[in-house]
This record gives sequence, structure tokens and C-alpha cells, in this order.
Amino acid sequence: MPEMTLIEAVRETLRSEMRRDPDIFMMGEDIGPRGGVFLASEGFVEEFGEDRVINTPLAESSIIGIALGAAVNGMRPVAEIQFADFVWPAINQLVGEAARVRYGTNGGKFAPMTVRVPYGGGVRGGLYHSQSIEVLFAHTPGLQVIAPATPWDARGLLRSAIRSNDPVVFLEHKRTYRLVRGEAPDDDYTEPIGKADIKRAGSDVSLITYGLMLHHSLQAAEMVSQSDGIETEIVDLRTLRPIDAETILDSVSNTGRALIVQEDTGAVSVSSEVSAIIAAEGFFDLDAPVMRVNPPEIPPMPFSPLQEAEYMPSPEKIADAIRRLAEI
Amino acid sequence: MTQSTSQTPVDTDLNLPDGLTAERLLSAYKTMCLSRALDIRIWTLNRQGKAAIAASAQGHEAAQVATVMATDPTRDRYLIYYRQLTATLMLGTTPTEMLSQFLARDGEILSAARQFPLHGSHPRVDLFSFSNVVGTQLPQAVGVALADKMKNRDSVTISFFGDGAASQGDCHEAMNFAGIHKLPVVFLCENNRYAISVPLHQQMPVESIASRASSYGIPGIEVDGTDIIASYEAIKEAVDRARSGNGATLVELRVERLLPHTTDDDHTRYRSQEDIDRMRDLDPIPITEALLKRHGILDESTDQEFKEWARQEVDNATDEVEALPFPPIGEMYTGVLEEPTGGNSHA
Repeated sequence: MPEMTLIEAVRETLRSEMRRDPDIFMMGEDIGPRGGVFLASEGFVEEFGEDRVINTPLAESSIIGIALGAAVNGMRPVAEIQFADFVWPAINQLVGEAARVRYGTNGGKFAPMTVRVPYGGGVRGGLYHSQSIEVLFAHTPGLQVIAPATPWDARGLLRSAIRSNDPVVFLEHKRTYRLVRGEAPDDDYTEPIGKADIKRAGSDVSLITYGLMLHHSLQAAEMVSQSDGIETEIVDLRTLRPIDAETILDSVSNTGRALIVQEDTGAVSVSSEVSAIIAAEGFFDLDAPVMRVNPPEIPPMPFSPLQEAEYMPSPEKIADAIRRLAEI
Repeated sequence: MTQSTSQTPVDTDLNLPDGLTAERLLSAYKTMCLSRALDIRIWTLNRQGKAAIAASAQGHEAAQVATVMATDPTRDRYLIYYRQLTATLMLGTTPTEMLSQFLARDGEILSAARQFPLHGSHPRVDLFSFSNVVGTQLPQAVGVALADKMKNRDSVTISFFGDGAASQGDCHEAMNFAGIHKLPVVFLCENNRYAISVPLHQQMPVESIASRASSYGIPGIEVDGTDIIASYEAIKEAVDRARSGNGATLVELRVERLLPHTTDDDHTRYRSQEDIDRMRDLDPIPITEALLKRHGILDESTDQEFKEWARQEVDNATDEVEALPFPPIGEMYTGVLEEPTGGNSHA
């Protein structure tokens, strides 16, 4: 089966969905002839035309507000926020408005819209091209938040997102775009929103993660397996809202140890939430305290290379944490 | 038409614009009377501790009936905001439906009493408002119009907003996009000169909101919103322009907000007595009444009949709605998403 990069998986999924359903259209900055800054829509304006691949003004609030209006009026917009760091002007339309449409109209209106958001660091992006912005969205009832880490999941979950009748924030880690390759066949499969996936089986430690950190964690798991014989089970959350508590708790009940790894700062975050789930519902399965690997509490993340590298949880740091947890 | 029985001299030479008839004007005036009676009742219910919050439409009535008359409720779309009681009634909602909102009763059809009054969506006519946050409806209206254009429908979208919303960045972004794509939308600003307490001169350095239209390559027109005929004419032209594929228009209707911002506000803290007295002369109900009488469209007995009918309708609706229960508590848990995956499964 042919392998492809994560950005290719995103692009091919968008293309096949656009071909399948004429109600789908795309809007965003530079998505026209430029093909998007990450080339997610390369060649699209030529195939689908300017009416379905709309180059917008540099105005994030209206990108989301207009997508929302079109969504409640029969279309399935896929909006692109160029970098996650630029999403803040659109928060009102996304968290304040889109998330509440179905509830606030008692089902009279609903918003089948997907907002694609390239996020994350390790790309020499500095303070404004590196941010992880998932927490605010994952906190918001009425939104679904997806963060795939592999081409297969990107493809299956982007299909599910576009076909969902409620808003989805679809987070694509920029570092994974061309770093990660894998199978992602063009055969119309979907992956379910709200289901985590075991990416590596193991009996000693459960490691719960998502996004780029999945790949660092997989490396770390191999390192500790070879050096110490510790077998790590890796739970890839894939969806951050709703979080799949069942898969997390099942894994923890098998290993008795939980390590949560994320690139986002730790205070009031996904790792906090997963810790709370385990503390509340998996406490009697634990043989050791829940441990987290979070970056330091500084604004993510410094531009200079040594500091950026220090900020990011590396495979080595994660491997150290696995060893410490396994020893308890 | 109705014979005048009053002493008002009758001028039968009224030239009505295309699409506007004496019958339509009379019917619109009747709705204005209903809206005013309901508005007064809602304010009273607030003072009785029964209606938690209300924003009054008093002063905006003529502008709102003119808007609805200039559109086609069978195919057009209306993104309202909280001061749109008259427009909403004119679109065919009932006093009972409206009062159910203000009293947050079971069966409330716009939002199941989850939202403030005048928010949610209506099952019979495509009017909706998602939010209390002023200005958010403007880009949404542009998206609604974009969808209609993409699907080659002949619907026109009306985006109501006030002078306060005109200061939001969303207002600029929405008009800019609508101008670029020549979308079938009418930006309808009911300018009552106050954003809660902030007067116009502290909101903008220009005299009119309509003057901004040139920045977006769309026509802008300023009208006396207490003049039902002039308002109709201006809005009809904008609606026709949108429907014929010639893009958006910004219409600014100058109106007065006769009451404080909401039942929680006291406008004597920021409006002079002179200002308050002056705007009483700009009440669209007596202005429209005088206009219709002057032209022999309305007589005194019909006027009294309308006002008595309005009182009766409002009394009946009040009795009916006050007898209704609040929504069952359990209903609050439903309908966040299409499928029951709204909360984290551990919650």
C-alpha cells in the first residue's frame, strides 16, 4: 500500500470530499493559487474554481463567522485558519457562536462546519507560529476537537469531521505534516470521532498522548524497551473533545501506571483533564501516582534553537519519565 | 379605503412606492400597535418580577414593519437582534410565542427558553439570532447570503444591527466580504444614537454609518426610520438590488430608542431631560397614525379598534403564557450535538 505524508493525507481527503459533495467548499487565507501556506489545497482552485476555494481577506473572525452562516444555510464549509496562533480573533465566532448554535436554537439550526487549524511547535516558529491552542476548544461544549497524529487517522477523521453535522476544530500538527509518513488509502474509510487508539501495546506503563508527541513517545517506548525491558502501552487520544475515557481507563487498569505527555503547557490542560479522569475513575487500578510530561510554564515557545529544543518534550525526556514511573 | 371620520384634512394624492398599498400600510400600522401594546406589557411584567429582562422596540416600530414589507418572508432570511420585537411580529410570530420567550416558558419555540428573548430560530419563518454579542450576526448573515448565492437561490438576507454593533470589527469584515463577492444581503442599521449609554459622537467621528458604505464598494443610504414610506422605499431598493444579483447595500434608519437600553437600565443617568422630551416627538406610532389619517387610510374608529384589539391580544397572550409551566429541568441536558457525545463520557 502506498505511503503518504500527513499533509498529503489531508490534501487528498479534502480533494476526494470536495469531489464527492458539491456542498463542501473551502475558505481561508492564501488557499487559492498559492494552495495554502502548507499546500493543503495545492491545485484546488484549478480543479474546483474560485467559488469553492475562496481566498479570503486577512480577517479570521469573519472567516469563521461567514463559514458559520453558510453552514446553517445548507453548505458544509471547511475553513482554514492559517496558523493556530491567528485563531484568537475568531474565538467569538467559534466558541461563542458556532458551538452554541444547535443548543441555542433547540436544534432549529445546526452548523456542519470544519475548521482546520495547523498548530504546534518544533518548527522554529517562535511565540506566534508554534502555539498549541486546543485547550480552549476542548473545554467548550458544542465543539468537537480532533488532533490526529498519523496520515491514516488524519484521513479517516477528516472525513468524519467534514461529514459531521456539528462544528469540528481539526488540529493538524505542523511538524507532522512532512515528518510523518504512513498508509492512508483512498477507499473512503472513516475513523470515529471520540475514540482513542492504542498505537503500541505494552503491560508496564500506559502513556497517553496526542499529536506530534505520539511520535516522540513511540521513540521513547522503543528506547526503554531496549534499555530496560519496560513495555509501554501508548494511547493516542486522537479526539480531545469528547475524550475517550473508556480506552484510557482500560489501559490504566492493565498497566497500573499512567504517564501523560503533551506539548502544550500543563496548567489546566488536556493532561490535567486526563489526570482527573484517572484519579476519579481509575484510582484503585493505580500502582503509582499519575505522572505528566509537560513543557515549562513559559509562553510557547522560544525562537532560538537551543531554547526551543529545551521547551519541547523530547524522546529522551519522555523515556526518562517512563523509567522513573516504572520504578515506583 | 376606509373613510375618515376625524377632523384631519384628507390628502388623497399620496403616491405610494411600488409594492406598497394602503391596505399593506394599514396592516403594518396594526402590527405596530400590537408591538407597542406587547412591549408595554413586557415592561410591566418585568417590574412585577415576572420577566427577567427585556430590550424594548419602542421607537423602532415603523422602521421594522417597513423592513419586513420590503422583503418576502416566504424566501428571505432575517438575522435579528434583541430589539426586533416588531419585525418578529410582522414576520408572523404571535404574541403568545413572544411572551413565552420573555417569561421563559415550556414550549418556547425559538430556543426552548434556553436563551434571552428574541434569540434562537423560528420554525415557520427563517428568522434567527444566535447570540447576545452585538455584531456577530453580520459575518453570519454574509455567510448565509454566500450559501444562497452558491446554490443559485433568489433569497435575500437581512442583517439587522444597531449603531453599537457598527463599531465591531465583525461589521467591517462582513461588509468588506459582502462587497467583494457582491452578496445578496442588506445591512440594516437601526441607529438610535445610543450604544446603551454611549452617544453617537463617542462611537464614531463621522455623521453617518451609511457613509462607510463607500469603503466596501456598496451603496449606503440614510433614512428617517420614523417615516414608514421613506424607509420602505429605501429598503425595497436595497432588497431589489440584492435579489437581482447586484450585491449588498447598507441602509441606516435613524430612529429613537424611547426607553432605556433594557429593563435593567436607567437612561436618565446619561440622557438630558431635553433629549428625552425631544424624542417623544419622534415616536413612530403617532407619526404613522397621523400620516395614515392625513391620507384617509386610517380613521379614528379603526384606530381605536386596532388599539383595543392589540390590548385584547396581549391580555389573552399574557393569561395563556402565565399559565404555562417552566420547561422541565431534564431538557437542559439535550441537544448539544446531533448525537449524544456532547460531554466527556466520564462526566
